[in-house]
Amino acid sequence: MIAIVDYDAGNIKSVEKALQFLGAEAILTGERERILSADKVILPGVGAFGDAMEKLHRSGLDDTLKEVAKRGIPLLGICLGLQLLFDESEESPGVGGLSILKGKIKRIPATEGLSVPQIGWNDLEYPNKGRLFEGVPEGTYVYFVHSYYLEADDPGIVTATCDYGVTVQASVESGNVFAMQFHPEKSSGQGLAMLKNFTLI
Amino acid sequence: MHTKRVIPCLDVKDGRVVKGIKFVNLRDAGDPAEVSSAYDKAGADEVVFLDITASSDNRSTQLAWVRDVASKLFIPFTVGGGIRTTDDFKAILREGADKIAVNSAAIMNPNLISEAALKFGSQCVVVAIDAKRRENGDGWTIYKNGGRVDMNIDAVEWAARAVSLGAGEILLTSMDADGTKAGYDTELTKAVAEAVSVPVIASGGAGELSHFYDALEVGADAVLAASLFHYKELEIREVKEYLKERGVAVRL
Repeated sequence: MIAIVDYDAGNIKSVEKALQFLGAEAILTGERERILSADKVILPGVGAFGDAMEKLHRSGLDDTLKEVAKRGIPLLGICLGLQLLFDESEESPGVGGLSILKGKIKRIPATEGLSVPQIGWNDLEYPNKGRLFEGVPEGTYVYFVHSYYLEADDPGIVTATCDYGVTVQASVESGNVFAMQFHPEKSSGQGLAMLKNFTLI
Repeated sequence: MHTKRVIPCLDVKDGRVVKGIKFVNLRDAGDPAEVSSAYDKAGADEVVFLDITASSDNRSTQLAWVRDVASKLFIPFTVGGGIRTTDDFKAILREGADKIAVNSAAIMNPNLISEAALKFGSQCVVVAIDAKRRENGDGWTIYKNGGRVDMNIDAVEWAARAVSLGAGEILLTSMDADGTKAGYDTELTKAVAEAVSVPVIASGGAGELSHFYDALEVGADAVLAASLFHYKELEIREVKEYLKERGVAVRL
């Protein structure tokens, strides 16, 4: 059973529907006990960093997620869910993230010819080997919607990047903690293959 | 590298895709989920659905087909048509749509754009604009109610205002070019793309391969077409291969 953390964030059904399509059992839940008893946990999210942290804090889910990471339960952050795993974001100065991983989230700088947010498909490079990309070739296109990007303290955890004026760290893996800045559930067949890899961990 | 997008547009009426769909091996060419999945396989980067149902009790039908699409389509999709309030936004996003397109409702109530952007994020707020060149040739004005009512508002200014209110994308249809197959209105596309910081989707007028290139060349981030793809006059892959040959980054 995979628990998709429900903290009143937008559009989290897509992740559930993709998992169902893959034949994986998934539930949307905001209950600590159900999350901690799941085989795997996904932290989705669309919206603003500060709002999301406040919602997680109010519901106590911030502690629950730290506990998930500590217990070694495979945890996957998607989009804003990736950003929340880190220390802080330029989107919401002064708001602390979950700090499960070390690094900060920065605003994509304005670059001639590139709109912010980045909305659309971009191809991945793999600086380090990642378990979620097994069987998915380098150069695969995935779907991004974001205005902020990750700069991890330890580049060794970065398993995928893309170029958008700056080098966007698109995916990380550190022990049992995984994250993707893009939306695998909206990245057609190869995105589903990545989610499938997560279900098999 | 970030790629330019090629987007088929499907008209939906009473929960069914209308206009000709020529995919082979489709069990049901009127089923939004099945048709859009076929477009995913054909290489579409996104799908836009425009619900053209006139009846006012359309909402439950709409939610049902959106739900069905979301359980079978794993690329982003936009839903437009008859969306008037942030509650409408919420209901449709909840069923799994990624973006909502608003047109007349945003013209009548521009606050809808900012309220929706604040609640759900700019990334899911697409402002659709139907623009037509003024009779004296000086710029374009916007029309509401499916192109029936001239609002006498400058199209470029409206696009900029929509973005300042929080629109994350502009879906720009040239009423002059729509249906002509003579090419997108590149002057209009260029003027709007230069006036806004967000992606512009060019719409209306695509008839041959070079038209797609022309619209992207003047600043569009995506190109949309309907009948050209439905009637298989061009394949999406064919368009993308052509663009790639001409140096445009596309996902193939």
